[in-house]
Amino acid sequence: MPKPAELEFFIDPSRCIGCQACVQACTECDTHKGQSMIQLDYIDRNASPQTVPVICMHCDSPTCAEVCPADAIKRTGDGVVQTARKPRCIACNNCVLACPFGVPKMNNGMNLMMKCDMCYDRTSVGLKPMCASVCPSQALFYGTREEIRQLRPRSRPINSFQFGNQTVTTKVNMMVPREVPVNLVDVAASLHQAPVPQTMAHAADILLANMFVDA
Amino acid sequence: MANVSLESIPIRDPFGPTLAYTRGVQLDTGAEPDKLVRTHCCFCGQQCSMFLKVKDNEVIGLEPDYDFPFNQGKLCPKGVKRYLQNGHPDRLLHAYERDASAPGGFRAMDYAQAIRRVADEIERIQTAYGRDAFGILSGASLTTEKTYLVGKFAHMTLRTTHIDYNGRLCMVSAAAANKKAFGVDRSANPWSDIIGAQVIWISGSNTAECSPITTDYVWQAREHGARVIVVDPRITPIARTCDLFLPIKPGRDAALFNGVLHLMIKNDWLDHDFINHHTVGFEAVAEHAQPWTPQRTAEVTGIAEKAIRQAAEWWGTASTSFLLHARGIEHHSNGVQNVLGAINIVLASGRIGRANCGYGTITGQGNGQGGREHGQKADQLPGARDLGNPEHRAYVASVWGMNPDELPQPGVDAYEIFRKIDQGEIKGLLSICFNPLVSLPDNNFVRAQLEKLEFYVAIDFFLNETARYADIVLPGSLHEEDEGTVTSVEGRVIKINKAVDCPGEARQDWRIIQDIARALGREQGMTFSSPAAIFNELRQASKGGIADYAGITYEKIEQQQGVFWPCPTEEHAGTPRLFEAGSWNPVAQGSGPFYFADGKARFNLCTYLPPAEDVDETYPLILTTGRVISQFLSGTQTRRIGPLVDQYPEPRVEMHPALAQKLGITDEAWVTVESRRGAMTVRALVVNTIRPDTVFIPYHWADRQAVNQLTIAAQDPISKIPAYKVCAVRVRKVDNIEQ
Repeated sequence: MPKPAELEFFIDPSRCIGCQACVQACTECDTHKGQSMIQLDYIDRNASPQTVPVICMHCDSPTCAEVCPADAIKRTGDGVVQTARKPRCIACNNCVLACPFGVPKMNNGMNLMMKCDMCYDRTSVGLKPMCASVCPSQALFYGTREEIRQLRPRSRPINSFQFGNQTVTTKVNMMVPREVPVNLVDVAASLHQAPVPQTMAHAADILLANMFVDA
Repeated sequence: MANVSLESIPIRDPFGPTLAYTRGVQLDTGAEPDKLVRTHCCFCGQQCSMFLKVKDNEVIGLEPDYDFPFNQGKLCPKGVKRYLQNGHPDRLLHAYERDASAPGGFRAMDYAQAIRRVADEIERIQTAYGRDAFGILSGASLTTEKTYLVGKFAHMTLRTTHIDYNGRLCMVSAAAANKKAFGVDRSANPWSDIIGAQVIWISGSNTAECSPITTDYVWQAREHGARVIVVDPRITPIARTCDLFLPIKPGRDAALFNGVLHLMIKNDWLDHDFINHHTVGFEAVAEHAQPWTPQRTAEVTGIAEKAIRQAAEWWGTASTSFLLHARGIEHHSNGVQNVLGAINIVLASGRIGRANCGYGTITGQGNGQGGREHGQKADQLPGARDLGNPEHRAYVASVWGMNPDELPQPGVDAYEIFRKIDQGEIKGLLSICFNPLVSLPDNNFVRAQLEKLEFYVAIDFFLNETARYADIVLPGSLHEEDEGTVTSVEGRVIKINKAVDCPGEARQDWRIIQDIARALGREQGMTFSSPAAIFNELRQASKGGIADYAGITYEKIEQQQGVFWPCPTEEHAGTPRLFEAGSWNPVAQGSGPFYFADGKARFNLCTYLPPAEDVDETYPLILTTGRVISQFLSGTQTRRIGPLVDQYPEPRVEMHPALAQKLGITDEAWVTVESRRGAMTVRALVVNTIRPDTVFIPYHWADRQAVNQLTIAAQDPISKIPAYKVCAVRVRKVDNIEQ
């Protein structure tokens, strides 16, 4: 069994088909059975079936932990940011409000912030997390850098994100087109950008553009 | 004892549908399973492998199976949550008889008495009206062993001509066209051939939602530079990132394929060597394609001429390719012609029968492949043999130990069975694994026929909507309560393993069928002691046929991670890829790779006809139907699994904003969709991802939420598949809705 440290998480939203297999499988994780820590949303269903899964990015310097007044959010030695510790969490919601990716959720019934811990029970012993195991389109992929290099010749992983003045580096990688000279995703700047069609150059609407129009 | 007023007890239909969520020990994170049972999903034709976690005879969860080559751990949400059907509150635990005064309309009864009553009614109806007055409707979600047994029960035990199955709504257009063109009905290639293809052509398949695991195959191909062409009236998730999207008007696929062939011929994008040596009939097809100029093709298909030209060029000039299609081109009054058109452009390209060059129809049901091979189809005997063929009859009769003359003649399709009820020819019915009240078109007609039956017995694990019309309901088995084989979308025979015992008085379906045969006093050939025993006879009965399972054993399936048929001997490893140069098959006997005496494939004329019901001034819009990812077929299982229902709780009608604006409809507004046959009121989903002349409603729901109230019972003249993908409707806004 390979050492856990060699295995990494890679997200490619362009592959996401919105099926929610990840959301459903997350609830099968043995550390939080019955509850999903993944959100999967349409970007704009009226315009496109494009969806994006949001899992915890496991930041090197987790904002959620930095703003926690109770020091309840711990990061393991191998870089996994954990759900808040139950005895410490005061359910203040600081982390929920502060996380730039919008990941932590407050479980009001338990008065506890819960979030993705990258299926620590699985990944700490070399197994894949539930979501990346089942993902039918492999928008969520868990494996080695060498595997992703071979499997995805058109894209490459980056792990730096810009939010205003804050630069965040993460354990989880985001796939970007290989040839694009980008090493950092400026999230705030792209919030109001219209989605760019991947292929079908110059056609904003691939349906209407390719329909026959009676002259 | 407390005095509880009856009014304070909430009234719940004991048969549901109740939404099951993760509960009890399933939620216990510390619960250690007693065992992990390796099996496959109970839903679609992808047949993903998985482990079920079992504790104290209950399925408590699942674990991905990373080692099975097809899905390597991947599952869709249905596969992840299928275990919630286990231990379900709606589960049928007894036999039931209709009793209007009982809760839910049924009263539990003794199983043996129920069997006795079923046998007596069969005997009565067959004696009074003739053997053919009792019909059987079966299904392709059953294991192959069960489908074989049900076919044998009809043909040998009851000797009725009237048996058909729900694959009639699913696979038959592809099957008929494949037999005409290749002489065999199976996907030509293992899915691994998709990955190395340069061009992937997907027609009429919402791949990402209906066969999710195939998505990764397509996108692996893209990663290596493949171009993906998607033909669909809607931008489905697989279409979103394709390289070329052809927004076809529903029902015009034959025209598109003829138009593509026209351009292939004009530009000489043909494999002349392959056409000359391995096919017959090209000249006639070429002549037929002559009038299908790009302009005419564009006018008929509703696709821009430049997009048609681009698609033809990519397809024509590729060196490797894979063409996939599904119900989108098959569910038509012209369904077989549409598939023949697809096969024609494959044959003209010569790209079949070798690595990375393939063709396949994406089977819908879990055993959509195996379920259409071994004799539960109206005109069929085991081994994909023909009930109308004297040699085939003689062979199967010899295996069954009966006189071939006693075998009935080929029967009629599932919809025609209901017409025969209407005409008074069929008086009694047995159904298993089929919910026609939800799944057949123009279902108000189906409902009326169910009410006319003198006797109807349904076998199921939940009381599906059709079974509510039964006189007797027999409690069958869930997928995880029995073992057997199924054959996946790739033609791979795989093993379903038993995880838990049947609860209560529920029994494995093959035992129920045999119990009825015994009560009839006709137990000859109906005394199997296990699925393995049935499989061994099936191997014998299929031997020498086209779908030859003779060399397949349960052990070999486990050892090889599935065996692709044909597999004629135990030494034979199976046949992952059909039509390879120099390959042998029982029809060609070495004269060529295709399943005809001369070993050559057939070009067939692909005749375009407009849909049986086209739009007009009164009904100006095209209604097309299909699936959503979180529900499966008629929803008997998935409408009882809470997390799947929550994901997409009720049908909505998808329409383009241009149409919505014209009709004064906004997103989420209630609208009535009406055809000549029925009307339904649903919320609108206003999206740019559908043609403005077309609306879409998914079909998984029952009663007033059933889109099959609207659909037309027009059928393809050859395959008898219903035209679910096109009928004419009108849509109007509803101002006041009574909830």
